[in-house]
Amino acid sequence: MATLDNAIPLEDQIDQWRSYLRRRQVIHPVDVAELEDHLREQIAQLSSAGLSNDEAFLVAVRRMGGLDQLSREFAREHSERLWKQLVASSVDVGQSRQAERKDAIVAICLATAAALAIKAPALFGLTLEGDTDFYARNLSLFVLPLLTGYFIWKRKAGGASVRWLAAAFVLAVLVANALPLTPGGATGDLRALHLPIALWLAVGVAYAGKRWNEAGGRMDFIRFSGELFIYYVLIGLGGGVLTAFMMMIFMTVGIDVDWIFVDWLLPCGAMGAVIVAAWLVEAKQSVIENMAPVLARLFTPLFAAVLVVFLGVMMWTGRGVDIQRDMLIAFDLLLVVVLGLLLYSVSARDPLAPPNAYDVLQLVLVVSALLADAVALWAIAARIGEFGVTPNRIAALGENLVLLVNLGGAALYSVRFLRAKGSFADVERWQTNYLPVYAAWAVIVVVIFPPAFGFA
Amino acid sequence: MDINKDLIAASSTPIVLAILVEGDSYGYAILKRVREASAGWLDWTDGMLYPVLHRLERLGFVKARWEAAETGRKRKYYSITPQGRAQLAEERQQWLAVDATLRGIWESMRLPDGGGPLPQGA
Repeated sequence: MATLDNAIPLEDQIDQWRSYLRRRQVIHPVDVAELEDHLREQIAQLSSAGLSNDEAFLVAVRRMGGLDQLSREFAREHSERLWKQLVASSVDVGQSRQAERKDAIVAICLATAAALAIKAPALFGLTLEGDTDFYARNLSLFVLPLLTGYFIWKRKAGGASVRWLAAAFVLAVLVANALPLTPGGATGDLRALHLPIALWLAVGVAYAGKRWNEAGGRMDFIRFSGELFIYYVLIGLGGGVLTAFMMMIFMTVGIDVDWIFVDWLLPCGAMGAVIVAAWLVEAKQSVIENMAPVLARLFTPLFAAVLVVFLGVMMWTGRGVDIQRDMLIAFDLLLVVVLGLLLYSVSARDPLAPPNAYDVLQLVLVVSALLADAVALWAIAARIGEFGVTPNRIAALGENLVLLVNLGGAALYSVRFLRAKGSFADVERWQTNYLPVYAAWAVIVVVIFPPAFGFA
Repeated sequence: MDINKDLIAASSTPIVLAILVEGDSYGYAILKRVREASAGWLDWTDGMLYPVLHRLERLGFVKARWEAAETGRKRKYYSITPQGRAQLAEERQQWLAVDATLRGIWESMRLPDGGGPLPQGA
Protein backbone atom coordinates (compact mmCIF):
# COMPACT_ATOMS: atom_id res chain seq x y z
CA MET A 1 0.00 0.00 0.00
CA ALA A 2 1.12 3.51 -0.70
CA THR A 3 2.85 5.18 2.18
CA LEU A 4 3.89 8.79 2.32
CA ASP A 5 7.55 7.77 2.04
CA ASN A 6 7.42 6.12 -1.32
CA ALA A 7 4.75 8.40 -2.77
CA ILE A 8 7.41 10.90 -3.80
CA PRO A 9 9.70 8.50 -5.63
CA LEU A 10 6.69 7.29 -7.62
CA GLU A 11 6.12 10.82 -8.93
CA ASP A 12 9.81 11.00 -9.79
CA GLN A 13 9.59 7.71 -11.63
CA ILE A 14 6.58 8.91 -13.60
CA ASP A 15 8.38 12.16 -14.37
CA GLN A 16 11.32 10.23 -15.71
CA TRP A 17 9.11 7.95 -17.78
CA ARG A 18 7.33 11.01 -19.17
CA SER A 19 10.61 12.66 -20.12
CA TYR A 20 11.66 9.51 -22.00
CA LEU A 21 8.40 9.59 -23.94
CA ARG A 22 8.76 13.29 -24.68
CA ARG A 23 12.03 12.69 -26.45
CA ARG A 24 10.21 10.65 -29.06
CA GLN A 25 9.42 12.99 -31.89
CA VAL A 26 6.37 11.05 -33.07
CA ILE A 27 4.71 11.07 -29.66
CA HIS A 28 3.33 14.53 -29.07
CA PRO A 29 2.86 16.00 -25.57
CA VAL A 30 -0.90 15.51 -25.76
CA ASP A 31 -0.35 11.80 -26.45
CA VAL A 32 2.09 11.66 -23.57
CA ALA A 33 -0.65 13.09 -21.35
CA GLU A 34 -3.06 10.42 -22.58
CA LEU A 35 -0.55 7.62 -21.97
CA GLU A 36 0.31 9.05 -18.56
CA ASP A 37 -3.34 8.99 -17.55
CA HIS A 38 -3.39 5.33 -18.57
CA LEU A 39 -0.23 4.57 -16.62
CA ARG A 40 -1.54 6.25 -13.47
CA GLU A 41 -4.83 4.39 -13.65
CA GLN A 42 -2.98 1.11 -14.12
CA ILE A 43 -0.71 1.86 -11.15
CA ALA A 44 -3.71 2.76 -9.00
CA GLN A 45 -5.43 -0.52 -9.91
CA LEU A 46 -2.33 -2.57 -9.23
CA SER A 47 -1.60 -0.92 -5.90
CA SER A 48 -5.17 -1.40 -4.75
CA ALA A 49 -4.64 -5.08 -5.61
CA GLY A 50 -1.80 -5.10 -3.09
CA LEU A 51 1.33 -4.26 -5.07
CA SER A 52 3.80 -1.72 -3.73
CA ASN A 53 4.22 1.52 -5.67
CA ASP A 54 7.52 0.36 -7.12
CA GLU A 55 6.12 -2.95 -8.28
CA ALA A 56 2.97 -1.33 -9.63
CA PHE A 57 5.04 1.18 -11.59
CA LEU A 58 7.25 -1.51 -13.10
CA VAL A 59 4.33 -3.70 -14.12
CA ALA A 60 2.39 -0.75 -15.55
CA VAL A 61 5.37 0.42 -17.62
CA ARG A 62 5.97 -3.10 -18.84
CA ARG A 63 2.35 -3.45 -19.92
CA MET A 64 2.60 -0.16 -21.77
CA GLY A 65 5.11 -1.76 -24.12
CA GLY A 66 8.65 -0.91 -25.17
CA LEU A 67 9.39 2.67 -26.12
CA ASP A 68 10.80 1.74 -29.50
CA GLN A 69 7.84 -0.42 -30.37
CA LEU A 70 5.47 2.25 -29.13
CA SER A 71 7.02 5.02 -31.17
CA ARG A 72 7.08 2.72 -34.19
CA GLU A 73 3.34 2.22 -33.82
CA PHE A 74 2.80 5.95 -33.40
CA ALA A 75 4.99 6.64 -36.41
CA ARG A 76 2.90 4.29 -38.52
CA GLU A 77 -0.25 6.19 -37.61
CA HIS A 78 1.29 9.68 -37.54
CA SER A 79 3.87 9.51 -40.32
CA GLU A 80 3.59 13.26 -40.85
CA ARG A 81 5.24 13.75 -37.48
CA LEU A 82 8.50 12.37 -38.82
CA TRP A 83 8.68 15.60 -40.81
CA LYS A 84 9.29 18.32 -38.35
CA GLN A 85 6.80 21.04 -39.01
CA LEU A 86 7.62 24.58 -38.15
CA VAL A 87 4.49 26.45 -39.09
CA ALA A 88 2.12 23.96 -37.50
CA SER A 89 4.18 23.45 -34.38
CA SER A 90 1.32 22.82 -32.00
CA VAL A 91 3.83 20.90 -29.96
CA ASP A 92 3.92 23.02 -26.87
CA VAL A 93 0.97 24.06 -24.88
CA GLY A 94 0.45 26.84 -22.39
CA GLN A 95 3.03 29.45 -21.60
CA SER A 96 5.65 28.74 -24.22
CA ARG A 97 2.91 28.90 -26.84
CA GLN A 98 2.07 32.39 -25.70
CA ALA A 99 5.72 33.43 -25.74
CA GLU A 100 5.96 32.07 -29.27
CA ARG A 101 3.04 34.16 -30.40
CA LYS A 102 4.43 37.28 -28.76
CA ASP A 103 7.73 36.67 -30.50
CA ALA A 104 5.97 36.34 -33.84
CA ILE A 105 4.03 39.56 -33.32
CA VAL A 106 7.16 41.52 -32.39
CA ALA A 107 9.05 40.08 -35.39
CA ILE A 108 6.25 40.94 -37.82
CA CYS A 109 5.96 44.47 -36.41
CA LEU A 110 9.72 44.99 -36.79
CA ALA A 111 9.64 43.56 -40.32
CA THR A 112 6.88 46.00 -41.20
CA ALA A 113 8.90 48.82 -39.65
CA ALA A 114 11.90 47.84 -41.78
CA ALA A 115 9.73 47.73 -44.88
CA LEU A 116 8.39 51.19 -44.12
CA ALA A 117 11.82 52.56 -43.18
CA ILE A 118 13.20 51.96 -46.64
CA LYS A 119 10.30 53.98 -48.06
CA ALA A 120 10.64 56.83 -45.55
CA PRO A 121 13.31 58.76 -47.51
CA ALA A 122 10.88 58.83 -50.44
CA LEU A 123 8.81 61.30 -48.38
CA PHE A 124 11.76 63.70 -48.70
CA GLY A 125 11.98 63.22 -52.42
CA LEU A 126 14.81 60.68 -52.48
CA THR A 127 13.92 58.07 -55.10
CA LEU A 128 15.48 54.66 -55.57
CA GLU A 129 16.41 55.43 -59.17
CA GLY A 130 17.64 58.98 -58.67
CA ASP A 131 19.55 58.61 -55.41
CA THR A 132 21.06 55.16 -55.70
CA ASP A 133 24.19 56.30 -53.86
CA PHE A 134 22.21 57.40 -50.84
CA TYR A 135 20.33 54.10 -50.64
CA ALA A 136 23.48 52.04 -51.21
CA ARG A 137 25.29 53.81 -48.37
CA ASN A 138 22.41 53.47 -45.94
CA LEU A 139 20.98 50.11 -46.97
CA SER A 140 22.07 48.25 -43.85
CA LEU A 141 20.95 51.14 -41.64
CA PHE A 142 17.32 50.63 -42.58
CA VAL A 143 17.16 47.11 -41.22
CA LEU A 144 20.12 46.20 -38.99
CA PRO A 145 19.18 48.56 -36.12
CA LEU A 146 15.74 46.92 -36.07
CA LEU A 147 17.28 43.45 -36.17
CA THR A 148 19.58 44.45 -33.31
CA GLY A 149 16.57 45.81 -31.46
CA TYR A 150 14.81 42.48 -31.91
CA PHE A 151 17.66 40.63 -30.24
CA ILE A 152 18.01 43.24 -27.50
CA TRP A 153 14.32 42.68 -26.77
CA LYS A 154 14.64 38.89 -26.99
CA ARG A 155 17.75 38.63 -24.82
CA LYS A 156 16.53 41.36 -22.43
CA ALA A 157 19.91 43.05 -22.76
CA GLY A 158 20.98 45.48 -20.04
CA GLY A 159 21.44 49.24 -20.29
CA ALA A 160 25.18 49.39 -20.94
CA SER A 161 25.23 47.13 -23.97
CA VAL A 162 22.15 48.86 -25.39
CA ARG A 163 23.93 52.21 -25.10
CA TRP A 164 27.04 50.86 -26.81
CA LEU A 165 25.03 49.37 -29.67
CA ALA A 166 23.02 52.57 -30.08
CA ALA A 167 26.26 54.56 -30.17
CA ALA A 168 27.64 52.22 -32.84
CA PHE A 169 24.61 52.77 -35.06
CA VAL A 170 24.59 56.55 -34.55
CA LEU A 171 28.28 56.57 -35.51
CA ALA A 172 27.47 54.44 -38.56
CA VAL A 173 24.79 56.91 -39.67
CA LEU A 174 27.27 59.78 -39.32
CA VAL A 175 30.04 57.96 -41.18
CA ALA A 176 27.68 56.94 -43.95
CA ASN A 177 26.25 60.38 -44.51
CA ALA A 178 28.50 63.08 -43.04
CA LEU A 179 31.85 62.16 -44.61
CA PRO A 180 32.28 63.89 -47.95
CA LEU A 181 32.52 61.75 -51.06
CA THR A 182 32.74 62.00 -54.82
CA PRO A 183 29.61 60.67 -56.54
CA GLY A 184 30.42 57.30 -58.06
CA GLY A 185 33.85 57.35 -56.38
CA ALA A 186 35.63 54.21 -55.28
CA THR A 187 35.83 54.99 -51.57
CA GLY A 188 32.11 55.69 -51.50
CA ASP A 189 31.34 52.29 -53.02
CA LEU A 190 33.76 50.57 -50.65
CA ARG A 191 32.10 52.31 -47.74
CA ALA A 192 28.66 51.09 -48.85
CA LEU A 193 30.05 47.56 -49.22
CA HIS A 194 31.88 47.38 -45.90
CA LEU A 195 29.48 49.16 -43.58
CA PRO A 196 27.11 46.14 -43.40
CA ILE A 197 30.05 43.87 -42.55
CA ALA A 198 31.08 46.12 -39.67
CA LEU A 199 27.49 46.46 -38.44
CA TRP A 200 26.92 42.71 -38.63
CA LEU A 201 29.25 42.49 -35.63
CA ALA A 202 26.87 44.76 -33.72
CA VAL A 203 24.04 42.37 -34.61
CA GLY A 204 26.25 39.54 -33.32
CA VAL A 205 26.86 41.32 -30.01
CA ALA A 206 23.11 41.74 -29.60
CA TYR A 207 22.43 38.17 -30.74
CA ALA A 208 24.89 36.53 -28.37
CA GLY A 209 24.02 38.92 -25.53
CA LYS A 210 25.92 37.99 -22.41
CA ARG A 211 27.54 35.07 -24.22
CA TRP A 212 29.44 37.23 -26.68
CA ASN A 213 32.69 36.62 -24.82
CA GLU A 214 32.26 32.86 -24.91
CA ALA A 215 33.27 30.75 -27.88
CA GLY A 216 29.85 29.07 -27.67
CA GLY A 217 27.93 32.34 -27.97
CA ARG A 218 29.91 33.42 -31.00
CA MET A 219 29.62 30.02 -32.62
CA ASP A 220 25.85 30.29 -32.22
CA PHE A 221 26.02 33.60 -34.00
CA ILE A 222 27.98 32.00 -36.86
CA ARG A 223 25.33 29.27 -37.12
CA PHE A 224 22.61 31.89 -36.99
CA SER A 225 24.25 33.88 -39.80
CA GLY A 226 24.47 30.85 -42.08
CA GLU A 227 20.88 29.81 -41.51
CA LEU A 228 19.71 33.39 -41.92
CA PHE A 229 21.46 33.57 -45.28
CA ILE A 230 19.83 30.35 -46.47
CA TYR A 231 16.39 31.43 -45.31
CA TYR A 232 16.86 34.82 -46.91
CA VAL A 233 17.73 33.23 -50.25
CA LEU A 234 14.71 30.92 -50.01
CA ILE A 235 12.37 33.79 -49.16
CA GLY A 236 13.88 35.71 -52.07
CA LEU A 237 13.15 32.82 -54.44
CA GLY A 238 9.57 32.68 -53.17
CA GLY A 239 9.25 36.42 -53.69
CA GLY A 240 10.51 36.01 -57.24
CA VAL A 241 7.86 33.42 -58.01
CA LEU A 242 5.17 35.60 -56.45
CA THR A 243 6.28 38.57 -58.54
CA ALA A 244 6.38 36.57 -61.75
CA PHE A 245 2.82 35.36 -61.15
CA MET A 246 1.62 38.81 -60.22
CA MET A 247 3.01 40.35 -63.39
CA MET A 248 1.71 37.52 -65.54
CA ILE A 249 -1.88 37.60 -64.33
CA PHE A 250 -2.11 41.40 -64.38
CA MET A 251 -0.65 41.40 -67.87
CA THR A 252 -3.65 39.36 -69.02
CA VAL A 253 -5.97 42.22 -68.08
CA GLY A 254 -3.67 44.77 -69.65
CA ILE A 255 -2.35 46.37 -66.46
CA ASP A 256 1.36 46.92 -66.00
CA VAL A 257 2.38 46.31 -62.38
CA ASP A 258 6.11 46.74 -62.89
CA TRP A 259 6.18 49.81 -60.66
CA ILE A 260 4.67 47.90 -57.74
CA PHE A 261 7.53 45.46 -57.93
CA VAL A 262 10.30 48.02 -58.39
CA ASP A 263 9.05 50.64 -55.94
CA TRP A 264 7.43 48.53 -53.25
CA LEU A 265 7.72 44.77 -53.38
CA LEU A 266 11.46 44.57 -53.98
CA PRO A 267 12.75 47.19 -51.49
CA CYS A 268 10.16 46.52 -48.77
CA GLY A 269 10.41 42.76 -49.21
CA ALA A 270 14.20 42.79 -49.15
CA MET A 271 14.21 44.68 -45.85
CA GLY A 272 11.34 42.91 -44.12
CA ALA A 273 12.63 39.50 -45.16
CA VAL A 274 15.80 40.01 -43.09
CA ILE A 275 13.74 40.26 -39.89
CA VAL A 276 11.35 37.50 -40.91
CA ALA A 277 14.27 35.20 -41.76
CA ALA A 278 15.93 35.99 -38.42
CA TRP A 279 12.70 35.21 -36.60
CA LEU A 280 12.28 31.92 -38.48
CA VAL A 281 15.85 30.88 -37.71
CA GLU A 282 15.26 31.63 -34.03
CA ALA A 283 11.94 29.84 -33.94
CA LYS A 284 13.09 26.74 -35.74
CA GLN A 285 16.64 26.32 -34.49
CA SER A 286 15.75 23.38 -32.33
CA VAL A 287 12.99 22.08 -34.58
CA ILE A 288 14.69 21.62 -37.92
CA GLU A 289 18.18 20.50 -38.72
CA ASN A 290 20.54 23.29 -39.71
CA MET A 291 21.01 23.50 -43.45
CA ALA A 292 24.35 25.32 -43.70
CA PRO A 293 26.42 22.42 -42.29
CA VAL A 294 24.67 19.99 -44.61
CA LEU A 295 25.58 22.11 -47.63
CA ALA A 296 29.12 22.54 -46.30
CA ARG A 297 29.52 18.80 -45.98
CA LEU A 298 28.16 18.26 -49.45
CA PHE A 299 30.43 20.78 -51.13
CA THR A 300 33.65 20.44 -49.17
CA PRO A 301 34.82 17.36 -51.15
CA LEU A 302 33.79 18.96 -54.44
CA PHE A 303 35.61 22.23 -53.81
CA ALA A 304 38.64 20.35 -52.53
CA ALA A 305 38.70 18.25 -55.71
CA VAL A 306 38.44 21.31 -57.97
CA LEU A 307 41.25 23.11 -56.13
CA VAL A 308 43.57 20.11 -56.08
CA VAL A 309 43.03 19.54 -59.80
CA PHE A 310 43.60 23.25 -60.43
CA LEU A 311 46.92 23.20 -58.55
CA GLY A 312 47.91 19.99 -60.31
CA VAL A 313 47.20 21.42 -63.74
CA MET A 314 49.09 24.58 -62.89
CA MET A 315 52.16 22.62 -61.86
CA TRP A 316 51.93 20.17 -64.72
CA THR A 317 51.62 22.77 -67.46
CA GLY A 318 53.87 25.30 -65.75
CA ARG A 319 51.43 28.06 -66.58
CA GLY A 320 51.58 31.16 -64.42
CA VAL A 321 48.38 32.84 -63.32
CA ASP A 322 47.16 35.23 -65.96
CA ILE A 323 47.17 38.51 -64.11
CA GLN A 324 43.95 40.39 -64.55
CA ARG A 325 42.86 43.47 -62.74
CA ASP A 326 39.95 41.85 -60.88
CA MET A 327 41.81 38.64 -60.18
CA LEU A 328 42.30 39.53 -56.52
CA ILE A 329 38.56 39.80 -56.06
CA ALA A 330 38.10 36.34 -57.59
CA PHE A 331 40.59 34.86 -55.14
CA ASP A 332 39.00 36.78 -52.26
CA LEU A 333 35.69 35.17 -53.13
CA LEU A 334 37.35 31.76 -53.32
CA LEU A 335 38.74 32.24 -49.83
CA VAL A 336 35.37 33.41 -48.55
CA VAL A 337 33.74 30.27 -49.92
CA VAL A 338 36.43 28.03 -48.43
CA LEU A 339 36.12 29.85 -45.12
CA GLY A 340 32.35 29.38 -45.22
CA LEU A 341 32.70 25.65 -45.87
CA LEU A 342 35.19 25.42 -43.03
CA LEU A 343 33.13 27.48 -40.58
CA TYR A 344 29.93 25.56 -41.09
CA SER A 345 31.65 22.21 -40.92
CA VAL A 346 33.28 23.33 -37.67
CA SER A 347 29.96 24.64 -36.34
CA ALA A 348 28.26 21.27 -36.67
CA ARG A 349 31.06 19.01 -35.53
CA ASP A 350 30.97 17.19 -32.25
CA PRO A 351 34.00 18.70 -30.48
CA LEU A 352 34.72 15.47 -28.63
CA ALA A 353 34.73 13.13 -31.63
CA PRO A 354 38.19 11.90 -32.68
CA PRO A 355 39.70 13.09 -36.00
CA ASN A 356 38.25 11.39 -39.05
CA ALA A 357 38.67 11.33 -42.83
CA TYR A 358 36.45 14.36 -43.26
CA ASP A 359 38.79 16.45 -41.10
CA VAL A 360 41.67 15.46 -43.37
CA LEU A 361 39.62 16.37 -46.43
CA GLN A 362 38.89 19.74 -44.91
CA LEU A 363 42.57 20.33 -44.31
CA VAL A 364 43.26 19.44 -47.94
CA LEU A 365 40.66 22.00 -48.97
CA VAL A 366 42.14 24.76 -46.82
CA VAL A 367 45.76 24.05 -47.77
CA SER A 368 45.00 23.90 -51.49
CA ALA A 369 43.05 27.16 -51.25
CA LEU A 370 46.00 28.74 -49.43
CA LEU A 371 48.43 27.53 -52.10
CA ALA A 372 46.26 28.82 -54.93
CA ASP A 373 45.94 32.15 -53.18
CA ALA A 374 49.66 32.34 -52.48
CA VAL A 375 50.41 31.85 -56.18
CA ALA A 376 47.99 34.63 -57.05
CA LEU A 377 49.36 36.98 -54.39
CA TRP A 378 52.90 36.34 -55.57
CA ALA A 379 51.93 37.25 -59.11
CA ILE A 380 50.16 40.39 -57.97
CA ALA A 381 52.89 41.56 -55.64
CA ALA A 382 55.31 41.43 -58.53
CA ARG A 383 53.17 43.73 -60.60
CA ILE A 384 51.35 45.89 -58.08
CA GLY A 385 53.45 48.88 -59.13
CA GLU A 386 52.44 48.39 -62.73
CA PHE A 387 48.73 48.46 -61.89
CA GLY A 388 49.01 51.37 -59.49
CA VAL A 389 47.59 51.69 -56.01
CA THR A 390 43.84 52.26 -55.91
CA PRO A 391 41.42 52.04 -52.97
CA ASN A 392 39.74 49.02 -54.55
CA ARG A 393 42.99 47.16 -54.94
CA ILE A 394 44.17 47.93 -51.40
CA ALA A 395 40.81 46.86 -50.00
CA ALA A 396 40.92 43.61 -51.96
CA LEU A 397 44.50 43.00 -50.86
CA GLY A 398 43.62 43.67 -47.23
CA GLU A 399 40.68 41.28 -47.40
CA ASN A 400 42.91 38.67 -48.93
CA LEU A 401 45.38 39.01 -46.07
CA VAL A 402 42.64 38.86 -43.44
CA LEU A 403 41.29 35.64 -44.95
CA LEU A 404 44.76 34.24 -45.54
CA VAL A 405 45.73 34.67 -41.90
CA ASN A 406 42.47 33.06 -40.80
CA LEU A 407 42.83 30.03 -43.06
CA GLY A 408 46.52 29.73 -42.19
CA GLY A 409 45.66 29.66 -38.51
CA ALA A 410 42.83 27.21 -39.16
CA ALA A 411 45.19 24.91 -41.05
CA LEU A 412 47.71 25.08 -38.22
CA TYR A 413 45.18 24.20 -35.54
CA SER A 414 43.71 21.46 -37.75
CA VAL A 415 47.12 19.84 -38.14
CA ARG A 416 47.65 19.99 -34.39
CA PHE A 417 44.23 18.44 -33.86
CA LEU A 418 44.82 15.71 -36.45
CA ARG A 419 48.14 14.86 -34.84
CA ALA A 420 46.39 14.71 -31.47
CA LYS A 421 48.45 17.59 -30.13
CA GLY A 422 45.51 19.92 -29.68
CA SER A 423 41.79 19.69 -29.15
CA PHE A 424 39.02 20.56 -31.54
CA ALA A 425 38.00 23.34 -29.18
CA ASP A 426 41.18 25.18 -30.28
CA VAL A 427 40.05 25.03 -33.91
CA GLU A 428 36.68 26.40 -32.86
CA ARG A 429 38.11 29.10 -30.62
CA TRP A 430 40.42 30.33 -33.38
CA GLN A 431 37.38 30.98 -35.58
CA THR A 432 35.25 32.58 -32.89
CA ASN A 433 38.11 34.80 -31.70
CA TYR A 434 38.71 35.92 -35.26
CA LEU A 435 35.21 37.37 -35.77
CA PRO A 436 36.09 40.93 -34.63
CA VAL A 437 38.99 41.01 -37.11
CA TYR A 438 36.61 41.06 -40.10
CA ALA A 439 34.65 43.89 -38.52
CA ALA A 440 37.85 45.76 -37.66
CA TRP A 441 39.04 45.59 -41.26
CA ALA A 442 35.60 46.70 -42.46
CA VAL A 443 35.73 49.67 -40.07
CA ILE A 444 39.17 50.59 -41.44
CA VAL A 445 37.82 50.56 -44.98
CA VAL A 446 34.76 52.58 -43.98
CA VAL A 447 36.47 55.18 -41.77
CA ILE A 448 40.15 55.40 -42.80
CA PHE A 449 39.98 54.83 -46.55
CA PRO A 450 37.95 57.90 -47.55
CA PRO A 451 40.30 60.48 -45.97
CA ALA A 452 43.39 58.40 -46.88
CA PHE A 453 42.47 58.50 -50.55
CA GLY A 454 41.20 62.09 -50.54
CA PHE A 455 37.53 61.01 -50.65
CA ALA A 456 38.05 59.88 -54.24
CA MET B 1 -1.81 -19.25 -26.96
CA ASP B 2 -0.59 -16.20 -28.86
CA ILE B 3 -3.00 -14.72 -31.34
CA ASN B 4 -1.46 -13.83 -34.65
CA LYS B 5 -0.46 -10.15 -34.98
CA ASP B 6 -2.34 -9.66 -38.24
CA LEU B 7 -5.47 -11.05 -36.67
CA ILE B 8 -5.14 -8.69 -33.72
CA ALA B 9 -4.64 -5.75 -36.04
CA ALA B 10 -7.62 -6.72 -38.20
CA SER B 11 -9.95 -7.27 -35.25
CA SER B 12 -8.95 -4.16 -33.33
CA THR B 13 -11.25 -1.83 -35.26
CA PRO B 14 -14.53 -3.75 -34.75
CA ILE B 15 -13.65 -4.56 -31.15
CA VAL B 16 -12.93 -0.95 -30.20
CA LEU B 17 -15.96 0.34 -32.10
CA ALA B 18 -18.22 -2.26 -30.54
CA ILE B 19 -17.02 -1.32 -27.06
CA LEU B 20 -17.70 2.34 -27.79
CA VAL B 21 -21.26 1.48 -28.86
CA GLU B 22 -21.80 0.46 -25.23
CA GLY B 23 -20.96 4.03 -24.23
CA ASP B 24 -18.20 6.66 -24.31
CA SER B 25 -14.97 5.43 -22.83
CA TYR B 26 -11.25 6.07 -22.46
CA GLY B 27 -8.11 4.10 -23.15
CA TYR B 28 -7.65 2.24 -19.91
CA ALA B 29 -11.33 1.29 -19.60
CA ILE B 30 -11.46 0.12 -23.23
CA LEU B 31 -8.50 -2.18 -22.64
CA LYS B 32 -10.06 -3.55 -19.49
CA ARG B 33 -13.26 -4.27 -21.40
CA VAL B 34 -11.28 -6.05 -24.15
CA ARG B 35 -9.62 -8.31 -21.59
CA GLU B 36 -12.96 -9.06 -19.94
CA ALA B 37 -14.77 -9.77 -23.19
CA SER B 38 -12.04 -12.06 -24.50
CA ALA B 39 -11.51 -13.70 -21.11
CA GLY B 40 -7.87 -12.71 -21.32
CA TRP B 41 -7.16 -14.25 -24.72
CA LEU B 42 -6.70 -10.89 -26.36
CA ASP B 43 -3.85 -9.32 -24.44
CA TRP B 44 -2.92 -6.15 -26.25
CA THR B 45 0.15 -4.26 -25.17
CA ASP B 46 -1.39 -1.22 -23.51
CA GLY B 47 0.41 1.40 -25.54
CA MET B 48 -0.66 -0.09 -28.86
CA LEU B 49 -4.29 0.80 -28.27
CA TYR B 50 -3.62 4.50 -28.66
CA PRO B 51 -2.35 4.54 -32.24
CA VAL B 52 -5.46 2.46 -33.07
CA LEU B 53 -7.73 5.02 -31.39
CA HIS B 54 -5.95 7.85 -33.19
CA ARG B 55 -6.39 6.09 -36.51
CA LEU B 56 -10.12 5.66 -35.89
CA GLU B 57 -10.29 9.34 -34.94
CA ARG B 58 -8.53 10.35 -38.15
CA LEU B 59 -10.93 8.21 -40.19
CA GLY B 60 -13.85 9.90 -38.46
CA PHE B 61 -15.18 6.72 -36.79
CA VAL B 62 -14.69 8.10 -33.29
CA LYS B 63 -14.53 11.56 -31.76
CA ALA B 64 -12.25 12.49 -28.88
CA ARG B 65 -12.65 15.09 -26.18
CA TRP B 66 -10.68 16.00 -23.07
CA GLU B 67 -12.62 15.98 -19.84
CA ALA B 68 -11.78 16.06 -16.17
CA ALA B 69 -11.99 12.56 -14.75
CA GLU B 70 -13.23 11.82 -11.23
CA THR B 71 -9.58 11.73 -10.13
CA GLY B 72 -9.22 15.37 -11.18
CA ARG B 73 -6.78 14.56 -13.99
CA LYS B 74 -7.67 15.39 -17.56
CA ARG B 75 -8.69 12.35 -19.51
CA LYS B 76 -9.31 11.79 -23.20
CA TYR B 77 -12.72 10.25 -23.83
CA TYR B 78 -13.73 8.66 -27.10
CA SER B 79 -17.24 8.34 -28.51
CA ILE B 80 -18.42 6.59 -31.63
CA THR B 81 -19.76 8.65 -34.55
CA PRO B 82 -22.59 7.70 -36.97
CA GLN B 83 -19.85 6.92 -39.49
CA GLY B 84 -18.26 4.63 -36.94
CA ARG B 85 -21.54 2.81 -36.42
CA ALA B 86 -21.89 2.29 -40.16
CA GLN B 87 -18.32 0.99 -40.31
CA LEU B 88 -18.98 -1.36 -37.42
CA ALA B 89 -22.10 -2.75 -39.14
CA GLU B 90 -20.09 -3.40 -42.28
CA GLU B 91 -17.19 -5.04 -40.46
CA ARG B 92 -19.65 -7.14 -38.53
CA GLN B 93 -21.05 -8.52 -41.79
CA GLN B 94 -17.53 -9.36 -42.95
CA TRP B 95 -16.55 -11.06 -39.70
CA LEU B 96 -19.78 -13.05 -39.65
CA ALA B 97 -19.08 -14.19 -43.21
CA VAL B 98 -15.54 -15.27 -42.28
CA ASP B 99 -16.81 -16.92 -39.12
CA ALA B 100 -19.58 -18.82 -40.98
CA THR B 101 -17.12 -20.00 -43.60
CA LEU B 102 -14.65 -21.26 -41.02
CA ARG B 103 -17.40 -22.99 -39.01
CA GLY B 104 -18.60 -24.79 -42.11
CA ILE B 105 -15.11 -26.01 -42.92
CA TRP B 106 -14.27 -27.01 -39.31
CA GLU B 107 -17.50 -28.99 -39.30
CA SER B 108 -16.60 -31.07 -42.35
CA MET B 109 -13.00 -31.55 -41.13
CA ARG B 110 -14.12 -32.95 -37.77
CA LEU B 111 -10.97 -31.88 -35.98
CA PRO B 112 -9.81 -34.52 -33.50
CA ASP B 113 -9.54 -32.11 -30.57
CA GLY B 114 -13.08 -30.95 -30.96
CA GLY B 115 -12.83 -27.59 -32.66
CA GLY B 116 -9.89 -25.66 -31.40
CA PRO B 117 -9.02 -23.65 -28.35
CA LEU B 118 -12.13 -21.70 -27.55
CA PRO B 119 -11.91 -19.80 -24.28
CA GLN B 120 -12.91 -22.38 -21.69
CA GLY B 121 -13.82 -19.91 -19.01
CA ALA B 122 -16.28 -18.02 -21.18
